[in-house]
Amino acid sequence: MKKNYIVIATVLVMGLLFALAAYFYNTQQLETKNKQAKQHANALIPPHAIKKGNPQAKVTIVEFLDPACGTCKQFHPIIKDLLKKYPGKINLVVRYAPFHPGSDQMVAILEAARKQEQFWNVLDMMFESQEYWAINHQAKPELFWGVLKGYGLDVARIQQDMQDPAIKKIIKQDLADGALLGATKTPTFFVNGKPLSSFGYEQLMSLVQSELAANY
Amino acid sequence: MDHQQQADNTRWTLIFSAWLIAAVSTLGSLFFSEVMELVPCVLCWYQRIFMFPLAVILLVGLFPLDTKVVNYALPIAIIGLFFTVYHCLLFFGFIPENLQPCGKGISCADASMELFGFLPIPLLSLASFLMIIILLLKTRTRQ
Repeated sequence: MKKNYIVIATVLVMGLLFALAAYFYNTQQLETKNKQAKQHANALIPPHAIKKGNPQAKVTIVEFLDPACGTCKQFHPIIKDLLKKYPGKINLVVRYAPFHPGSDQMVAILEAARKQEQFWNVLDMMFESQEYWAINHQAKPELFWGVLKGYGLDVARIQQDMQDPAIKKIIKQDLADGALLGATKTPTFFVNGKPLSSFGYEQLMSLVQSELAANY
Repeated sequence: MDHQQQADNTRWTLIFSAWLIAAVSTLGSLFFSEVMELVPCVLCWYQRIFMFPLAVILLVGLFPLDTKVVNYALPIAIIGLFFTVYHCLLFFGFIPENLQPCGKGISCADASMELFGFLPIPLLSLASFLMIIILLLKTRTRQ
C-alpha cells in the first residue's frame, strides 16, 4: 500500500536527519572543545597541581576528578596501570572538580594528606571505600575517618591541616580552570593538552597511544 | 473513489500529520537531551512522558488505519497540553518563580531553554500538543 511506504520513508528520513544532525553537532562541539583547550592551555597545569610520574615524560595526562564520582573510581586503576605500563613516558596531573555536595571536604582531606606525603595512598583508599562515605551522590567525610584510622594515618593532623585556607583557594582555582577548559563532567581528561574526542575508555587509550607514538 | 474511502483518506492524512508532529517533537527533545546534553527539567520530563507515547501509538494507528487510535491518543495529548500550558506560564513569568515545583537540577524557567536563542522550548512543546489535539479532533468532525 502506498500509504505504508510513505510512513516507512518518513521514519527512515527522520532517523537519517537525526543521525546527520547529531554527527554535525558533535563534530562542531569537538572543534569548539579543541579550541577551548588550546586557548586556555596555560590553565591546564598550575604550580599547585599534584603530579605523579616522571616530570620529564613527554606524555602528560591531566585528569579533572571528583573523589565522590563513581566513574572516576573506575578510571583510577586504569590510569595507574597506564603509568605502570609506560614507566617514565607518562605522567599524571590531578586537578579537582568537586561537583558532588561535600566533595570539597574530600578534596581538603586529600590536600591535608599531601602534607604528609600520603596523597596517592589516601586517594587510593578514598576510591576503594567510596561506597561507604559517598551516599546518594553526597560525600560524607565523617564516614571516611574510620577508613583513615584503619590505615594508621594521623587523622587529627589531617583534620587540622584540611582547615588551611590555601586549600579553598586551590579548589576555587581548579573549578575556575575546569570551567575555562570545558571540564564540566568528571572525569575529564586532557592528554598533552588535547581533550578526548568523546568520553570513554577506548577514546582515552587511543589518544594516549597516539601521543606516545608521536613523542617516542 | 467512494465517499467512505475519501473520508478514510482524510483521516489517514490527519492522523499521519499528528504522528509526524509527535515524532519530530520526540526526536527533537531527544536531540536536546542526548546530543546537546541539556538536562530536562521536571516539567519537561512530564511533557516528554505524554509526548513519547503519542509517537508510538499514532504510528500503530496508521498500520493499518484504525481511527479508534484517536480515542486513546487524545487523553494523552490533552494531559500533555496541561503541563505545557503550566510550563509556558512559568517560563514567561505569569506564575511566580517560587511556586515552581522544580527542585534539584535545571530550573524550569531557565532562559537557556531557547532554541537558536529566541524560540523557547516550552513554546515549541505547546505548539506541538495544540496541533496534535486539533488534528485529532478534526478526524471526528469530518465523519
